[in-house]
Amino acid sequence: MDPLVAAASVIAASLAIGLAAIGPGIGQGNAAGQAVEGIARQPEAEGKIRGTLLLTLAFMESLTIYGLVIALVLLFANPFA
Amino acid sequence: MLNFLSAVSSLPLAKIEVGHHLYWQLGNLKIHGQVFLTSWFVIGLLVIASLAATRNIRRIPAGIQNFMEYALEFIRDLAKNQIGEKDYRPWVPFIGTLFLFIFVSNWSGALIPWKLIRLPEGELAAPTNDINTTVALALLTSLAYFYAGFSKRGLGYFKKYIEPTPILLPIAILEDFTKPLSLSFRLFGNILADELVVTVLVLLVPLFVPLPIMALGLFTSAIQALVFATLAAAYIHEAMAGHGDEGHEEH
Repeated sequence: MDPLVAAASVIAASLAIGLAAIGPGIGQGNAAGQAVEGIARQPEAEGKIRGTLLLTLAFMESLTIYGLVIALVLLFANPFA
Repeated sequence: MLNFLSAVSSLPLAKIEVGHHLYWQLGNLKIHGQVFLTSWFVIGLLVIASLAATRNIRRIPAGIQNFMEYALEFIRDLAKNQIGEKDYRPWVPFIGTLFLFIFVSNWSGALIPWKLIRLPEGELAAPTNDINTTVALALLTSLAYFYAGFSKRGLGYFKKYIEPTPILLPIAILEDFTKPLSLSFRLFGNILADELVVTVLVLLVPLFVPLPIMALGLFTSAIQALVFATLAAAYIHEAMAGHGDEGHEEH
């Protein structure tokens, strides 16, 4: 592999993960905070809130996973190598 | 890349490799043999479990019949919650197949010591960590919701593209492409990420330390199977209901 391409790919992979983690981090924090608030307000709804929260967290997590897929493609299956 | 890790490769551990496959030549097609082997294993497991559960059905369920009835009830509730009381019944088999296949594949990759079976090239893992499997499942979902909408509403189904305003037509068409894309990438990325994290941790500390991450992997794989099935059901419901012309039931 051309060293320039290798270096650029490694930097791009780390940026892909790092930047893709920002948004979902904020979103998951918001969702978890609201869920805690909801449980504190209405403890009897805990089961329902927890189920919905886990499902929503999985959706947000997938945004970072898209970044991870790009990073993996750059590292292991680089089209420019 | 990652050459420095080859020093520890004498241990019987899974290697960090993405994109190495056991190729089978089938006519003009090159297929990934290890994915087929594990998929057949998963399918066989599911078929045997279903046959064993329905072989002698009792009025009071016990053993595996009890377990499979619980699984069926879970899937039926999932479909009913998403699609609604009226039309959910025909879609239970499809959504149940998706859920069970993905769930058992994900867990088989984590729980069964595939590494003990040596292959000439590549290695056995969960079928869902190959993007071809997840893309196939996602495209099946696309076909399913097209069929659902078309059979329920006829040509009126295509009105949804220009429904609020024709300006949004490109976005509505784009949505049909991003749905399978995001479905397949989500599943593929999660499973591959789990396996990679576990492999890297096992390389660093081979004993005990990776166990919590493995447990987390089991949890996320189960959630991903649930998410895939839920989203498939939600897309089918959206295609059948249209954009608010019948009024959404509360879920």
